[in-house]
Amino acid sequence: ADTPQKKRGKKMTQGNRLHVQGVFLGYRRSNANQYENTALIKVDGVRSREDTPFYMGKRVAYVYKAKSKKNGSKVRVIWGRLVAAHGNSGTFRARFRNNLPPKAMGSQVRVMLYPSRV
Amino acid sequence: THTEEEENKMARQRNREIVPGVNRFSRSQMYKRSGRKYLKNKKETPKTEKPVRKASRFYSVDNISKPLKAVHVHKPTALRRSIRPGTVLIVLTGPYRGNHVVFLKQLESGLLLVTGPYAFNGVPLRRINQVHVIATSTKVDISGVSLDSVKDELFIKPKTKAPKKKTEAGFFKNEQKKEKTGVSDEFKKLQKEVDSKIVAAAKKTDSLLPAYLRSKFSLSKGQYPHLMNF
Repeated sequence: ADTPQKKRGKKMTQGNRLHVQGVFLGYRRSNANQYENTALIKVDGVRSREDTPFYMGKRVAYVYKAKSKKNGSKVRVIWGRLVAAHGNSGTFRARFRNNLPPKAMGSQVRVMLYPSRV
Repeated sequence: THTEEEENKMARQRNREIVPGVNRFSRSQMYKRSGRKYLKNKKETPKTEKPVRKASRFYSVDNISKPLKAVHVHKPTALRRSIRPGTVLIVLTGPYRGNHVVFLKQLESGLLLVTGPYAFNGVPLRRINQVHVIATSTKVDISGVSLDSVKDELFIKPKTKAPKKKTEAGFFKNEQKKEKTGVSDEFKKLQKEVDSKIVAAAKKTDSLLPAYLRSKFSLSKGQYPHLMNF
């Protein structure tokens, strides 16, 4: 029988992901005011406040590409940390070294697995 | 500042005044401490040795401030309960991220000493911080391995000052080429010595353990670390 490899003509490569995907929802805010120093992050698979303790303190990276090269790469990162839970549905508050740009709203953010407490 | 007489008196005292009217030790506590408890004739005061205090030969005119005594004791970071010698760890940071490695021991600096073993996944004897590691429940028996010779100093490279001279000749050449210091033969020898026993122990523990140590950890769709048992 044909193995999946032969059918597709591609090598089955092993995944490399050591982070959990998250989404930058927006800044911490009330109805009419927003506070850009704290970002709201929705982490994949975390649906309730009970699931949040694992990710507390974990480092978060907003990775993006720019036109010019810096330090030999066009890829840039803004680092931050998950700081607190936000609400009851598993959202997090994160603080970044520099506030996230508003264009990042709705885009992916990487929640790393370190600092690890497991 | 006290006179010499006052200082001598203070040196003899077992008690001290915390605040006027409040002493460090109460009357009943002093009864025990001063030794009156053990005297047969209670009216007699117990003999105490007077500490000999010489008059100092030099009294400074200026107000010399003394730094406070540091009472800090260096202890290596408390090791997580899940991490014990022989535990297989998942490396989260650095060039070897994703690799499964065997934990050997905690060094004096608090860092963890790990090894691939090198033959399995190319991870050499290396130091790593606890915080950059996930401990799995898999264990290898490393009781037979002697690690006394491995210390922090082994991993600390001496800093060689790069000359910062900007010469005209140097400008046209590729200046400051980093000397590639390869791994020393002693280190390779040590690596082999340590690894040989761990490789044997791994094969003995489980037939799949060598393959496990060769494999890398990664997350795939639908896998969430907060729901995982490592």
